[in-house]
Amino acid sequence: MQTIASDIDKIRSDFPILSRKVHNKPLVYFDNAATTQKPQVVIDAIVNYYTDLNSNVHRGVHYLSQQATTAFEDVRTKIQKFVNAEYRHEIIYTRGCTESINLVAGSWGKANIKAGDEILISALEHHSNIVPWQMLCEEKGAKLIVCPILEDGSLDMSALSALMTPSTKFLAITHISNTLGTVNPVKEITRMAHEKGIVVLIDGAQALSHMKVDVQDIDCDFYTFSAHKVYGPMGIGGLYGKEEILNAMPPWQGGGEMIKNVTFEKTTYNELPFKFEAGTPNVGDVLGFGAALDYVTAIGLDFIAAREHELLEYATEKLTADPLIRIIGRAPEKASLISFMIGNIHPYDAGTIIDQFGVAVRTGTHCTQPLMDSLGIPGTIRASFAFYNTREEIDKLMEAIVKVEQLFL
Amino acid sequence: MSKIEETTSAIINEFDIFDDWMDKYNYLIELGKSLPLIDEKYKTESNLIQGCQSRVWLHASYDGTLIHFTADSDAVITKGIANLLIRAFSEHTPQEILDSSTEFLNEIGLTQHLSPTRSNGMLSMIKQIKMYALAFKTKQAMGS
Repeated sequence: MQTIASDIDKIRSDFPILSRKVHNKPLVYFDNAATTQKPQVVIDAIVNYYTDLNSNVHRGVHYLSQQATTAFEDVRTKIQKFVNAEYRHEIIYTRGCTESINLVAGSWGKANIKAGDEILISALEHHSNIVPWQMLCEEKGAKLIVCPILEDGSLDMSALSALMTPSTKFLAITHISNTLGTVNPVKEITRMAHEKGIVVLIDGAQALSHMKVDVQDIDCDFYTFSAHKVYGPMGIGGLYGKEEILNAMPPWQGGGEMIKNVTFEKTTYNELPFKFEAGTPNVGDVLGFGAALDYVTAIGLDFIAAREHELLEYATEKLTADPLIRIIGRAPEKASLISFMIGNIHPYDAGTIIDQFGVAVRTGTHCTQPLMDSLGIPGTIRASFAFYNTREEIDKLMEAIVKVEQLFL
Repeated sequence: MSKIEETTSAIINEFDIFDDWMDKYNYLIELGKSLPLIDEKYKTESNLIQGCQSRVWLHASYDGTLIHFTADSDAVITKGIANLLIRAFSEHTPQEILDSSTEFLNEIGLTQHLSPTRSNGMLSMIKQIKMYALAFKTKQAMGS
């Protein structure tokens, strides 16, 4: 026990922000599903890039450019290994999950979706996995179909199967719900979809930090992720796509990097992955992302999963013991986040008071407004845990909740 | 000192009594709970001020001299803020409202301690109150 406690102290000291105070109280950071905190090694990687390595990649013959290019491309290999893609050119750098989804909608979608086609999503989706498909459907005269969820917040698998019709061309679904924590059986879902010739995209925004993701094992056609949810910097992320599909897709944005040869009459496009990486890339943050993946690998995904599971169990037990609290989302497979309501207290009211205790939780609709509407609630309070959180911090949240109840009930 | 300024300085004095932030919130919550009820028929889509986290309805009526505001919200703290705004600005002429400052909210620390527009709709409420004043003033000028 002593070893685990000292391990956690050591881990916490890797994250400088965790020692700061908020409202004169030690910060308790439970908004990890919105963004995770950054270890010093990630911050250092970005600073070191601009201090020591800054130059444009892929074009210079000079030493710095070569060195930056090598570092930049090494991270691509790191990501490939991290998600177990077959080839490194199947990893496209983007600004994050949202841009990755827009890339697929804007390239694959525009080339393949026709009037009358159906695009299938689920009721669990984040706005970023709804709106790009809505926009595509509107443009093409296609139809957006939404698979419902069961009462416990898990996906209605029989409805999903029934909604996969001959008109369904594409399925876009989240790996883990950012609002309810539900972990979807993405391998099974992909198998079902492929049997019907449906192309599959998995939104992995919430998954990469919690579990081993193996895109070949899932067999999905696309998988999207954001670095900032895996202890890396904001504004960088990626898209995994199967080589064959990516090769068949038209480019999305035009510009430098993505071209092979340009004349005013005709441009030929570069090969994968550069075909989809127009413009000067965000090299510094790519290196930060690489440092984050190294860090997570060193801590170990097994350790992270076990630790987060323990925190989830502890928080669930504590919250369940309070008869006024209603946990929203009780799927059997859940990631380390809990959405809840305290009586009928508005989440905004509760969140404002909880914040005064130095505890950062998210309140509101979590960018899943249609999901909240279907549950008939104005929003929830969401506590999302990372491996650097502690039981003592959960106790502080409980103290804050008692105060909320005193004030509003 | 205008009537609105008299009210707002009274509000500042009331909040000055509290040293502790929790006490300020407690007071704000009490104000929220005691906000006079809005007529249900005014809780319409068109009276809804879109905030990100809580919904706020603001209704205004004009008797030719004074504007009368009523409001409601599904969040109590937001209702407390609405109560303060109504106390300051309701039952005043359009010109008085347009001439008044909203600085008092800074002075009681509300704008620093409550996150801006997107979460509590406070700034949107103030904007809407001023818009009503301008609209009624314009309407009267055109009518006369």
